[in-house]
Amino acid sequence: MDAHSAAHGHDDAHHPTPGMYVKIGLVLFVLTFFEVAAYEVGHRPGAILHSFVEPIVVPLLLVLSAAKFALVAMFYMHLKQDSKVFTNLFVWPIGLAAGLIVALIVLARLWHLASF
Amino acid sequence: MAEAATAHAEMSAADEHHWTSTGLDSRKIAIWGFIGSECLFFASLISTYLVYKGKSLVGPLPHAESQCMLHGKMQACEGVFETPLVTAGTGILLLSSLFVVLALYGAQKGNRKMLLGWLSATVLCGIFFVSMQVYEFTHFYHKGMGYSTNLFSSTFFTLTGFHGSHVSLGVIWLSTMLILALRGKLPPEKSLNLELAALYWHFVDVVWIVIFPVVYLMR
Repeated sequence: MDAHSAAHGHDDAHHPTPGMYVKIGLVLFVLTFFEVAAYEVGHRPGAILHSFVEPIVVPLLLVLSAAKFALVAMFYMHLKQDSKVFTNLFVWPIGLAAGLIVALIVLARLWHLASF
Repeated sequence: MAEAATAHAEMSAADEHHWTSTGLDSRKIAIWGFIGSECLFFASLISTYLVYKGKSLVGPLPHAESQCMLHGKMQACEGVFETPLVTAGTGILLLSSLFVVLALYGAQKGNRKMLLGWLSATVLCGIFFVSMQVYEFTHFYHKGMGYSTNLFSSTFFTLTGFHGSHVSLGVIWLSTMLILALRGKLPPEKSLNLELAALYWHFVDVVWIVIFPVVYLMR
């Protein structure tokens, strides 16, 4: 790793190529297509596979969203090649943010139950 | 003699990016720290939206038909969301993430044509997304949904409005980079300037990756 790469915190030898970026882009589009398809099938009673998709539509959307998030962070934001310092600066706050969302929803539910 | 010259060249390159105890550029650590803090900011907005989801007493509502106050009287109104339009906006934002990473590749390799082409495309995609959001907000307003109409409208406009303002800021930042690139002031050794803007842009994209299903696709 040369001085330039070291200062930027990544190794140029393992940097993705434009072809790789385009492939990741295609995967992101396919996952978005599946998200919208899950929404359409899950909320339209007459649609094919409706009874199968309807009960799992929320977890399915969360998994697809998490996959897209991870792909952008790893490849487009270069966390896969960059220094682990940057990964820690991003991943720990995300964990904290997810905990915050869950905690606030649980607290609101408890407060709602207690007020009735 | 040759070793001394190599060491001097390496020191010059390192000086360009400042010496730090971590060996990493301070600006890149700063932008990642900022992005980390922004995660918590958006988490608070998303959780507020989710906590108040389904608690509105009057319409308009996102998907279902409801009773709304329109022209001074209560009347039936349909769900406000236009999923195809927002899906198009989502696709464009994803495309812009691909474009900016290609522009950064061009900047790092000294490929001016690649840098200018992909960076211009990124800025155009950003402008399209902001325009889509302005159209969507105007459309909602004409359907009787103002900022304080109900709990859904307040939390929705706050969350997506803050995201939209981040996208607008990103467009301004990337436009500045484009002007620098056009003037020839973004050589490979200064590509970190574009990398910082690109990281911010990708962050704005990943936030939307979460907002899109949570707000628009989950009933």
